[in-house]
Amino acid sequence: MAEVIFDHVTRIYPGNDKPSVDDLNLDIKDGEFLVLVGPSGCGKSTTLRMLAGLEEVNKGRILIGGKDVTTMQPKDRDIAMVFQNYALYPHMTVADNMGFALKIAGTPKEEIRKRVEKAAEILDLTEFLDRKPKALSGGQRQRVAMGRAIVREPKVFLMDEPLSNLDAKLRVQTRTQIAALQRQLGVTTLYVTHDQTEALTMGDRIAVIKLGILQQVGAPTELYDRPANVFVAGFIGSPSMNLNTHPVVNGKAQIGADTMDLPKEALDKLTPEDNNEIVVGFRPEDASLAAPDEANAFSLKVVNVEDLGSDGYIYGNIITDDSVAAEQTSMMSDQNKLTTIRVNPRVLPKVGDIVKIKVNPAKMHLFAPSTELRLN
Amino acid sequence: MSLSDNNGHLDPRALKATSVKATDPASPADEPASLKITSASADPKMFMLPWEKPLATWPSDLLVNLPRGISRHIVRFVRVGDQVYAMKEITRSVAEREYELLRQLQKLNLPTVQPIAVVTGRHDDQGEPLEAILVTKHLRFSMPYRALFARTLRPDTAEKLIDALAVLMVRLHLAGFYWGDVWLSNVLFLKDADAFSAFLVDAETGELQINLTEGQREYDIDLARTNIIGELMDLSSGQLLPPDVDEIEVGNRLVDRYHSLWSALTDTDNLNPNEMWKIEQRVNRLNELGFDVDELEMNTTDDGKRVLVRPRVVDAGYANRKLLRLTGLDVQENQARRLLNDLDAYRASTWRDGEDLEIVATDWMREVFEPTVRMIPSEYRAQIDPAQFFHEVLDHRWYMAEKAGHDVPMPVAVESYVRDILPTQKLDSKELDELNAEADSGVIDEQSTYGDDTAHDDDYNPEYDQDAAVWAQ
Repeated sequence: MAEVIFDHVTRIYPGNDKPSVDDLNLDIKDGEFLVLVGPSGCGKSTTLRMLAGLEEVNKGRILIGGKDVTTMQPKDRDIAMVFQNYALYPHMTVADNMGFALKIAGTPKEEIRKRVEKAAEILDLTEFLDRKPKALSGGQRQRVAMGRAIVREPKVFLMDEPLSNLDAKLRVQTRTQIAALQRQLGVTTLYVTHDQTEALTMGDRIAVIKLGILQQVGAPTELYDRPANVFVAGFIGSPSMNLNTHPVVNGKAQIGADTMDLPKEALDKLTPEDNNEIVVGFRPEDASLAAPDEANAFSLKVVNVEDLGSDGYIYGNIITDDSVAAEQTSMMSDQNKLTTIRVNPRVLPKVGDIVKIKVNPAKMHLFAPSTELRLN
Repeated sequence: MSLSDNNGHLDPRALKATSVKATDPASPADEPASLKITSASADPKMFMLPWEKPLATWPSDLLVNLPRGISRHIVRFVRVGDQVYAMKEITRSVAEREYELLRQLQKLNLPTVQPIAVVTGRHDDQGEPLEAILVTKHLRFSMPYRALFARTLRPDTAEKLIDALAVLMVRLHLAGFYWGDVWLSNVLFLKDADAFSAFLVDAETGELQINLTEGQREYDIDLARTNIIGELMDLSSGQLLPPDVDEIEVGNRLVDRYHSLWSALTDTDNLNPNEMWKIEQRVNRLNELGFDVDELEMNTTDDGKRVLVRPRVVDAGYANRKLLRLTGLDVQENQARRLLNDLDAYRASTWRDGEDLEIVATDWMREVFEPTVRMIPSEYRAQIDPAQFFHEVLDHRWYMAEKAGHDVPMPVAVESYVRDILPTQKLDSKELDELNAEADSGVIDEQSTYGDDTAHDDDYNPEYDQDAAVWAQ
């Protein structure tokens, strides 16, 4: 077990002038499950591969358990790439399937048996140890593969989109199992995914990365409750946060004919570069329907409604000055670009209605348009 | 393949390989609402297949019973018109990615299976979505490694497979392909005279880059070594491996063969100006290994006392191209070498040494090669490659002549070979069924392959997952 440190790590691919990973500083604590999440091409896989030794590090250092591994060959790093490439051997017993790599490495027989039995217990495979893979279910077969990584007792597990080639059902099942297993084993783990739901449900901490630059690292609730910038705000959470830029007039956000109070501490941080504008963000569950004459509420033209039984969702366009134009474009766009409000499904408005919406001021996320950084 | 330094661009042939761009999993475009087939083949019969059924339940009259390798996903061979296609059921993004990669590798003339189509937007009769299917062309006459061991072969079979795999890995690595999933099950083997040629069949985890790092190459090699030893240990557990084969030694052989081939192709020679004959020696050595040198780079040191020489562009298939030019036959490298040798022997024996080789080759085709391969009985035509048949008959003839103490005419050798040897090479249906049952025991997402005595998790609900309770303990 070991702590992993990325110390000012940069990777520039040959022929590129921009780094794919830029001056990354990141610690993964001993035994921690860290999920690195971001859109395609953000540098998350490159980061994992640098730790694995598959990509060169152009600047900076990588340490595993205090040891500098920056230029070390992959096989000398004591890491295990889990799930990427396992095979099950039909003639070997489950025990041999899990332990054969130790046999190649010359580990004594008793030691192999001991480690295999321990792994089998954790994986609930004890009763199958002397059986062949043919007798197993798909989930059990996968766990045998996992067992192969476990018996090696590596310092770090690396998982690069390990669920991507599983169907939806197996994906949910395996997600739960990996997270539970990692906690039980306490092996430091770096897990890479594009899927923010995987990140939120699995990680002790989440690191969000975009265009090679680390955006924010923190516990899932931290990222959800206090995103550090517009990107993290929009990326974490499903359905995603509503984010809109509004003019600031007399210390209030001007939303069409309506206004919304803004906290002074946030307003004070705006600079001339922000051009008297502010990005207001709120999650669908932090807004609600308001009375027609209520202050601090804005108007929303309803484009679509969904009744899910337990929840209702309103999708609409915020009415600003050029409301007609907004309406026209919105009909063409998908729901992701519409403002989403979660409400009681018993009071859903009708499509075409104009409703008033108020936002819980304590749950408002404010960002500067120029830097996209958090203001409150 | 180019051995040049990074110029920051992928080979343009790879860039224009296909219209399919793997869906970005981070912002997935909607799954097509109806069946969508992107195909490199224009056969309308493709649309007639029962795409609305899970692959594992396709009717057997569509299927071709050929030996399959071990796979994590359901694979079936399907007859479409006069072609046999391999179908793999897999998630959409992986199918699209693999199709794209295989197209690129094909454009770079690398030995891989040929991608035919990606089928997405599949739904069953109830409208429930089904996984995508990747379609590739079945490589004629090829075998998964397990099929080669199902019949008692010579003790050196394992070593020959390893040698073929080393060549494949070096060729892929030189082209910038990182495999990430190397094991014998992801390779198909074609008999190639006394050796084998290896073809990549599974590119799920692969990636085409401009150049590979040493770490990527070493990782592939280390992974291949471990997996191969595991695969041989497995054959040994099933009493399918000759007892005198040392699995670890064979695994180590891959590492050695890979490194020696890599260095033969990429090392820089540091020569005295009066040692220039060594360049020719190097080129000859590469020809022997089956590579053409298209471009050689020579630099002198600043003081002019040394010459630095290294190949810049090499192409595999030296003998193959020579034979193709002479006869139009497109065969594996060692087969080509054998056929060229026979052509030489024919020229000498007909006293035509002074004649143009092209003209002699036309006569050799008409008088020697074609009459021989025409004698392949029709029931074996799907199993043995004509060039391999020719090679094996030549070998057989040599043994017959040795035994008889005199030359044996070709028709006599062919007859004897067809009668005595050919039938022993065919897998019987029991062996085939066993192999395919084994191949299915690695599948993780198809219930029909699971053992009967295990709890099936068909209606999986995480809330009631007994496993989850165990895991969370």
